[in-house]
Amino acid sequence: MNRFSYHRAGDVAEAAQMGAEADTRFLAGGTNLVDLMKANVERPTRLVDISRLPHNKIEELPEGGLRLGALVTNADTAYDARVEQRYPLLSSAILAGASPQLRNAATNGGNLNQRTRCYYFYDTATACNKREPGSGCGAINGVNRIHAILGTSEACIATHPSDMCVALAALEAEVRVEGPGGARVIPFADYHRLPGDEPSKDNTLQPGEIVTAIDLPADSFTENYTYLKLRDRLSYAFALVSVAVGLTMEGGKIAKARIALGGVAHKPWRVPAAEALLEGQAPSPELFGRVADALLQGAVGQGTNDFKIDLARRAIRRALRQAAAGTPQSQTDKHVA
Amino acid sequence: MNTHVNPPARIGEPLSRVDGRLKVTGHARYAAEHPVADLLYGWVVSSSIAKGRITAIHEDAARAVAGVVEIITHKNRPDLAKADSAYQEQVAPPGKPFRALYDDEVQYSLQPVALVVAQDLETARYAASLIKVDYEAAKHNTDFRIAQGERFMPRRKRAAYQPPKNRGDVDTAFAEAAHQIAGTYHLATHVHNPMEMHATTVVWEGDERITVYDKTQGSQNTQTYLANVFGFKKENIRVLNPFVGGAFGSGLRPQYQAYLATMAAKMLERSVRLVMTRPQMFSHVHRPEALQAVSLATDSQGHLTGMRTEATTATSRFENYMETVVNWGLMAYACPNAEADYTIAPVDSYTPGDMRAPGAATGMTLFEIAMDEMAYEANVDPLEFRLINYSEKDAMHDTPYTSKALKEAYAEGAAKFGWDSRSMAPRSMRDGSELVGWGVATGMWDAMFQKTSARARLSANGDLLLETAASDIGTGTYTILAQIASDTLGIPVEQISVKIGDSDLPMSPIEGGSWTAASAGAAVEATCQSLGKKLFEAAQKVKNSPLADAKIDDVRFDYGRLLSKTDPDKSVSYGEAMAAAGEVSIEAEETVSSGISGMISQMRKSRNTHSAVFAEVKVDEELGVVRVTRVVCAVAAGRIINPKTARSQILGGVVMGIGMGLHEETFVDHRLGRIMNHDLAEYHVPANADIHDIEVIFVDEPDPEVTPMGVKGVGEIGIVGTAAAVANAIFHATGKRLRDLPITIDKILE
Ligand SMILES: Cc1cc2nc3c(=O)[nH]c(=O)nc-3n(C[C@H](O)[C@H](O)[C@H](O)COP(=O)(O)OP(=O)(O)OC[C@H]3O[C@@H](n4cnc5c(N)ncnc54)[C@H](O)[C@@H]3O)c2cc1C
Ligand code: SF4
Repeated sequence: MNRFSYHRAGDVAEAAQMGAEADTRFLAGGTNLVDLMKANVERPTRLVDISRLPHNKIEELPEGGLRLGALVTNADTAYDARVEQRYPLLSSAILAGASPQLRNAATNGGNLNQRTRCYYFYDTATACNKREPGSGCGAINGVNRIHAILGTSEACIATHPSDMCVALAALEAEVRVEGPGGARVIPFADYHRLPGDEPSKDNTLQPGEIVTAIDLPADSFTENYTYLKLRDRLSYAFALVSVAVGLTMEGGKIAKARIALGGVAHKPWRVPAAEALLEGQAPSPELFGRVADALLQGAVGQGTNDFKIDLARRAIRRALRQAAAGTPQSQTDKHVA
Repeated sequence: MNTHVNPPARIGEPLSRVDGRLKVTGHARYAAEHPVADLLYGWVVSSSIAKGRITAIHEDAARAVAGVVEIITHKNRPDLAKADSAYQEQVAPPGKPFRALYDDEVQYSLQPVALVVAQDLETARYAASLIKVDYEAAKHNTDFRIAQGERFMPRRKRAAYQPPKNRGDVDTAFAEAAHQIAGTYHLATHVHNPMEMHATTVVWEGDERITVYDKTQGSQNTQTYLANVFGFKKENIRVLNPFVGGAFGSGLRPQYQAYLATMAAKMLERSVRLVMTRPQMFSHVHRPEALQAVSLATDSQGHLTGMRTEATTATSRFENYMETVVNWGLMAYACPNAEADYTIAPVDSYTPGDMRAPGAATGMTLFEIAMDEMAYEANVDPLEFRLINYSEKDAMHDTPYTSKALKEAYAEGAAKFGWDSRSMAPRSMRDGSELVGWGVATGMWDAMFQKTSARARLSANGDLLLETAASDIGTGTYTILAQIASDTLGIPVEQISVKIGDSDLPMSPIEGGSWTAASAGAAVEATCQSLGKKLFEAAQKVKNSPLADAKIDDVRFDYGRLLSKTDPDKSVSYGEAMAAAGEVSIEAEETVSSGISGMISQMRKSRNTHSAVFAEVKVDEELGVVRVTRVVCAVAAGRIINPKTARSQILGGVVMGIGMGLHEETFVDHRLGRIMNHDLAEYHVPANADIHDIEVIFVDEPDPEVTPMGVKGVGEIGIVGTAAAVANAIFHATGKRLRDLPITIDKILE
């Protein structure tokens, strides 16, 4: 860990201004950033502590949605009565991640901006284009059990590790950011990016931009939803594959469908054409199989993660079944619904 | 007699840990927690290559950091012993022990290549990040499967290694078999990750004297090692390990942090603390990767007629680490024709080392998966199969056991588990959408005994001080020693202080092999008995002593008094006895060893613990999700001193066994020769959600012969066989025979 100065931001404008300067990082819950600093992966010379900024509330939106402050903890979000009742998919996804202790410290903004768990990214003795652009990608032809099967590039095959973000993608949330250039709203699908030839960039935030809130649309999935996460032990492990599904059912048919995959790409993976296959249709194994195929079109294994393609296909079919039947996956009872 | 005192504890009672309060209140200090004035902090720089030479170390930037006191590398290290023998402590396998910062050679990835010593931890860590090391890499191999080409059997064997003994005519047995199976089984490398990372605080006392707080399983072993390597006089080194935050074998050999902290202290004549990071915990001892081929043959009734086991485990290039891997099945089962072969294969890693039930956890577990395959091939219930091939004696050495209540363990375990209602066919049991599987396996471990000394001092107020250099690695040594003394001398536990974990105390071996309860326990018992004898003699000197005509066997020791067994009204308090003898305290010291206790020679009888493990899994077949919903572990381990701490040992072993079955493995990038999942986020051990009901049964197994107290030890048996019971249950559930541990989601779906 290098030496750094510490500054507690008084307001967003000050934070944004400081954040735009080189080698500065925002510190929220610190559960990811501090770990990365200990591993010498992040070497900021200045930390701007944003944890005391006032974006720490969950508020109603006029059109019926909900605004989640960036500094509300993951635990407070998951257990908020409004979130539990109106966005059970989000609550479930958050509770599928990390551990109670971590969720108590982790913030919503930090969750969006957490970095990949790629082994090589964490180990400064190895090559990694995300950590050190141009150094190469250790994971390609290396150990890549937890790596991507979709949307990879020749420069990087990392995944975004968040569970929460997978639900946010399915819910079509919006990310509110404020920066030196003012405030803007980013549709969730555009927030994270694919690695391309610039894997050092995880998302589309501009220098100094800070996430202030996540807006959830009024339209949510309260009956027919699920968050199904498959991993190497039954709790406290990142997803090998996860699936967030939200369906609106009308008279036995699917009126609207939103599906996002986690653990398979550099961002929560959505394929609108696959969702469209479901609309107006009655649930059936055959249909779910076609949707899975459409979602996984173009998937390629990287060696030690080849199994993920088949696993994802199975997980998608199962999650669709759970959602259609209104039997969402419990995050405490590990028996798969 | 003071009526307020608590009753003495009895052997066999579930006494809670006497050190529990210290631990939960944070008063138990671990190696890196002892306050020391003017302490310096070290930070290790680890190699990025797996093999080669260091060509340059760029340390200017690090030296320029204020607060850096010294940077130690092979270039400026102090003089060290030259001969390998100086580095070979009690448990070193044959070879050339690793010497950190000795020369420019790199022998494995994450090897220490520099040590930064600074005023504080943060400075040391920061400065370490500024050091750049240039290497000339050499070709390495970390791939165990490729290393198979270099398998060999070293001429010099490790001290504890037991060679297998063949019997009968195996070829003919297979040629004539009614049924046979053959399979190759694999176990991944497991890395030691006790909660407490390896840590050492060396206190420079001046005058070439040091006090060392070390995370070790043997203070006297570390003491000898440091004396030999650094040229200190042995009496000038005191090593303390009063509390150890788990070890499982990782603290048997002194690890490099003890060596490096001592090196820095000696060089700088200052006190130094050094703690390994979690990634560095992946750079020392580990359970070696293993491949084991097993072939079994039976007659038409399912009686074993032939067995052949061949195993290879990994070792390093510089030491020949061996385990007893292939013998267990040959010992366990009656089978007229059996042969086994064992080899090791070198990879460019640190030397593997003992990890909970070394050898048996690997060999017996993999063998027990083969046993299940054989049972199915012969169409015999897997439990019945083990019973019809049961051997009352040690079938390999052809010697009787001092005791073997495994049959009882099978019976009690099966009854508790409900094995009776199992249906034989794979895929025949379901619970809703899940397939249900029930598996069984046998576990075995050695019942060992080591020469150990103890000292006891009784004060006139009835307080007893017990001392032995033994360690408590979280197993409950403090508690059972207090309990044995309490029972022997009739003193309540509250009045007993146990002092262990200090090289100045009476001799005790390293805490390993599950021998501590039997050995330190017997030493304490013998010492207390000897103290009791002195008390008795003193009691007879009391004026008009009511015990004047008694013999020692006529009295018992209870509530701080010597009482006549026939007439409890005739009694003398310990205080009165001491006063009569004119003593303010009475002391005794005894040493127990197999010789002194008159035990029959180790050669004529076999000594083992046994277990029967039953596991239930529920498998979601579509997704490959396995849940271990129930485990019953029935253990035959002789006399149980404390069923509560003993149960905890078995629970921990079973949890570790579930991890062996489903989770634990290292992912090595063989191009780099480096373990990539070197943290606890990605190196998986079971989490709470992976563990459901675990039932522990101790079957009655009186055994006055095995050790002086009839104790066999329970630290290791819990892990042995558990992973096989899980793997066998998965077969029963799914019909899929998986021979490669851990059984991860992808293997279920394959
Ligand atoms: C052992 C372990 C297991 C875990 N398991 C899971 C899991 O299973 N599933 C899962 O989803 N997560 C998991 N996590 C990750 C956890 O969810 C994240 O660490 C956490 O959400 C990060 O939030 P934080 O507030 O602590 O962020 P910090 O560590 O403070 O920050 C993380 C990054 O986000 C930036 N940042 C923070 N807030 C903002 C903001 N408002 N605007 C702009 N940038 C910001 C920081 O600069 C930093 O780069 C795990 C973490 C650990 C350590
Ligand atoms: S996958 Fe991405 S993060 Fe991982 S080593 Fe390659 S470039 Fe780095």
